[in-house]
Amino acid sequence: MTQSPMSDDRKVIAEFVDVHRHYMMGTNVVRALNGVSMQVRQGDYLAIMGRSGSGKSTMLNLLGCLDRPTSGQYLVGGRDVSQLDDDALSDVRGREIGFIFQSFNLIPQLTVLENLEVPLFYQNRVGPESRAKAEHLARRVGLGGRLDHRPLELSGGQQQRVAIARALMNDPLFLLADEATGNLDSNTELEILALLDELRAEGVTIVIVTHNENVALRADKTLWLKDGEVEQLVDNRLAQTGGGAS
Amino acid sequence: MRTVKLGLKSLMLHKLRSCLTTAGILFGVASVIAMLAVGEGASKEALDRFRDMGVTNILARSVKPPDTQQSSSQSAFSAMAYGLLYSEADLVQSALPKAKVVRVREVQRPLMRGEYFRTTIVVGTETDFIEVTNMHISEGRWLSEVDDQTLSNTCVIGASLANTLFPLENPLGQTILTGNDDRYVVVGVLEYQGRAAGPAGTTYDECMFIPMSTSRRRFGEEVSTSSGGSFKRERIELNEVKVKLETSEEVESAAHIMRDLLLEAHKQQNDVEITVPLELLKQEEASKRMFNIVLAVIASISLLVGGIGIMNVMLATVTERTREIGIRRALGAKRKHIIQQFLVEAGVLSALGGVVGVLLGMLVPIGIEAWFAQKTIILVPHVLLAFGISAAVGVVFGIYPAWRAANMDPVEALRHE
Repeated sequence: MTQSPMSDDRKVIAEFVDVHRHYMMGTNVVRALNGVSMQVRQGDYLAIMGRSGSGKSTMLNLLGCLDRPTSGQYLVGGRDVSQLDDDALSDVRGREIGFIFQSFNLIPQLTVLENLEVPLFYQNRVGPESRAKAEHLARRVGLGGRLDHRPLELSGGQQQRVAIARALMNDPLFLLADEATGNLDSNTELEILALLDELRAEGVTIVIVTHNENVALRADKTLWLKDGEVEQLVDNRLAQTGGGAS
Repeated sequence: MRTVKLGLKSLMLHKLRSCLTTAGILFGVASVIAMLAVGEGASKEALDRFRDMGVTNILARSVKPPDTQQSSSQSAFSAMAYGLLYSEADLVQSALPKAKVVRVREVQRPLMRGEYFRTTIVVGTETDFIEVTNMHISEGRWLSEVDDQTLSNTCVIGASLANTLFPLENPLGQTILTGNDDRYVVVGVLEYQGRAAGPAGTTYDECMFIPMSTSRRRFGEEVSTSSGGSFKRERIELNEVKVKLETSEEVESAAHIMRDLLLEAHKQQNDVEITVPLELLKQEEASKRMFNIVLAVIASISLLVGGIGIMNVMLATVTERTREIGIRRALGAKRKHIIQQFLVEAGVLSALGGVVGVLLGMLVPIGIEAWFAQKTIILVPHVLLAFGISAAVGVVFGIYPAWRAANMDPVEALRHE
C-alpha cells in the first residue's frame, strides 16, 4: 500500500495480506487488527500513526514477529512468517528485523560493545568481525569512544544511538522503531531523527510507530490506523507540497 | 564461556544477594566435606586399631573386679586373686590346638639406665608374641625359646623406651636395671609402632619385654601396692591371653569356645574380658555405613535448603529481569537461549558456593586436627562428590525459574516496567 501511484519496482520486504489479530478478553473478542493489508518496500521510511486503541501496538508486535496474526499472511522478505513456530520466529527477529524501542532497552549490566553484540550472539556470530562491526557502527552513531561504557553512564540520546547501532548490527531488512524519540527531550529528539534521516538516505528501510505527528512527518509516508483498520496512507512528500492520501 | 561470563556479570549486579544465596550451598558443601573428613578419620582410627589387634586374634584380658566385690572377697591380709590362670591358657590351647596361644604377664616397674629413669610396664611373654601382635624388630632379635627355658635376663624394648633410656647410644648389649636390682641385657629393639595397643594406657613402644618364665620367677604372681596409707595385695597369674587363629573364618567359632571356657568360669567375679577385633571391626564397619547414611541425609537436607535458596533468588531474578528477557527475545534469543542463560547463572551461583565450600570444608578438618587432636581424612572423591552435587543442585533448582523465563510472552516481557 505504500507504493507510489506510479509503478514501483523496489523489492517488497514486508507485507501484510488481510491480517487480522483478535484477542479474547473474557468472553469478548477484541478485534485489534481487522483485515490490514500493506507493503513496505526496500528503502521506505514509513510512519504508522493512530490514536490509542487504533491497533498501532498490535501492528508493531506483528511487524516485529513478536506475535502471530489470527488470520491473514505476513511476509518478511517474501516468506510467510505468520504461522512459524517460536524458534523460527526468533530467527526471523534476529536476522531480519532491527528493533529500536522508546525506552532504549539496553541491557544494563553489559557494556556498549557487549550490548551491540547481543543480536549476533544468538546467531553464534560473535568474534573479531562482530567487534569490528560494533566499533564501526558505534563510530557511525557518534559513540566510537564509549564502547566500554555501561548504559547508565550514557545520556538518553546516547543510549538511543547505541540502540540504533544495535538494531543495525544484524544488517536487518528493516528497522522497526517504537516511539523512538518518546523518552527524549526535543533537542535530542531532533538529533535522533536526523540520524534516522541519514540512515534512510543510506538506503536503510525504516518503519516507525509513533503518535507524534512531527516525527511521522519526517517519514516519506504515514499509515493511519483507526479501529484496527487502515484509515489512510499519506504520502508526506506530496502532503507537504499539497498532495494527498491514498 | 561467554554465557558463563555474562552469568557472572548478572550475578555481580546483586553482589550481596548472590553471596547470601551462595552461602547456603557453601555451608552445605563445607559441612559435608568436614563431616566426611572427621567421620573418615575417626573410622580409620578405629579400623586401624582393630586391625592392629589382629583380625584373626582373640584377646582374653584380666580385669580388676569392681570395688564392691573386691572388698567382700578380700580379707585384710589375703591377696585379692583375680584374672586368667596359666591352667586356663592351657585349656584354651587344647580346645584350639591349631591356634597360637600366647600368655602375657604385665608388671609395672621402674627401669634405670645410668642417669635415665622410666617407670613402665615389663611384659613377660612368649616367643609367638611378636607374630601374634604383628610387631617387628628393628635391631637385634626377639626373645627365643632358649631365653624362656633358661630364664635368662634378656629383654627386648620398645622404640620409645629405647629413646628414653638410651638417647645417645645403641641399646643392644646394654643393661637395664629394674627396681629390685635385677639386670636385663637388651637383645633387641622393636620397630616404632605408633599406636595405642599396649597395656595399662601405654603403648608397646614404651614397654620392656622379657621371657615369660623370667617374669614369673622374678616378679611372681603377687603385686603389692600401697596408696594413701593402705596396703593392697593382688594375685594375678596372667594379664592377657592372646590367641591367633590361622584364618579369620575360624574367629567366630573360636570366640564362642573361648567365651564358653573363660567367661563361664569367671562369671562370678566378672574379671575376664574377651575382645574379638574382627567383631569390633565388623561393628565399626556397620556403624560407618550407618554414619554414611546419616551423613547422606544431612547433606541432602542442607543442599536441598541451599537449592531452595537458589531457586528463590533465581525466581526473583527472573521477575526483576523480565524486561531484559523481552529485549533478548526481541533481538533473536530463542527459548533455549534464555533457559541456558538462567541455568548457567544458577549453576555459576551454586558452583561458586561449591568452590568456596570445598575450600572451607578442607580448612575445617585441619582446624579440628589442630585443636581437638582428632584425626581427619579428606578423600578426593568426597570433595568431587560434594562439589558435583552442589553444581547439580544449582542446575536442578534453576530449571523451573529458567523455564518460566523462557516461556514469557516477549510482548508482555517488553512491556514490563
